[in-house]
Amino acid sequence: MNVHAARLRLKTRFFTFLVVLSSVCGNFSLSWGMRQFGRLASFSPLVYIRAVMNPFVALGITLLVVWLLSHMTLLSWADLSYVLPVTSIGYVLSALAGRLFLHEDISAYRWAGILLITAGVALVARTAPHRSGAPS
Amino acid sequence: MRWLLVAVIAAATTVSDVLQAAAMKQHGEICDFRPGAIGRLLGMLARNRMIIASVLAMAVSFFAFLALLSVADLSFAVPATAGSYVLETVLAKYLLKEPVNWLRWAGALLVACGVALLAL
Repeated sequence: MNVHAARLRLKTRFFTFLVVLSSVCGNFSLSWGMRQFGRLASFSPLVYIRAVMNPFVALGITLLVVWLLSHMTLLSWADLSYVLPVTSIGYVLSALAGRLFLHEDISAYRWAGILLITAGVALVARTAPHRSGAPS
Repeated sequence: MRWLLVAVIAAATTVSDVLQAAAMKQHGEICDFRPGAIGRLLGMLARNRMIIASVLAMAVSFFAFLALLSVADLSFAVPATAGSYVLETVLAKYLLKEPVNWLRWAGALLVACGVALLAL
């Protein structure tokens, strides 16, 4: 493996980790904040503005900005068809975070879903991230 | 109400991701991570029309997601928003001209099925 390929692989792993971590922590923080805020089935902008004043919702938004910037950086060299499935491991981590910290239920179907997503991520992670790169 | 919000989130996320990927492909690989270079990059991206449209679509998706979180569990809300996996892979192949081989198709399908199971 040449130096450029090794550097690209390391960069891809680092930014994938950052995308997944900011997404999972951001979603968790938003969910926690919205539980404190209550029901939001309204089209009034004032209700949404009050919701984003909640500290957990604000932290969630900050983490989603980190997510956006790391996602754009990753997409500057990696294909969308690579980035999307690989970062979907975040769904598995979100479900596990929901179970561990928010005491939400994980049924047998959800465990099966977690297994399928992990298998899909493992398959796509075997391809080269770069658009001009051949599958490894 | 739940599924209407899911549909809005899926459509807005697809538009946002495809526009973002197209803009970043046009820009090319980001290699310089020094503060000055990052500042210049952010300034340039803030003026890019595709990035602006992508962020607007993301804002629509975000507020619909916030509304969904207030009426549904996190473990329903997060996976239900990912119904656009296969659609985005199709758009990546035909619109963005990405080389989608069988490993990527299989991976996207497995993820989409897994996500559907998570929502049950």
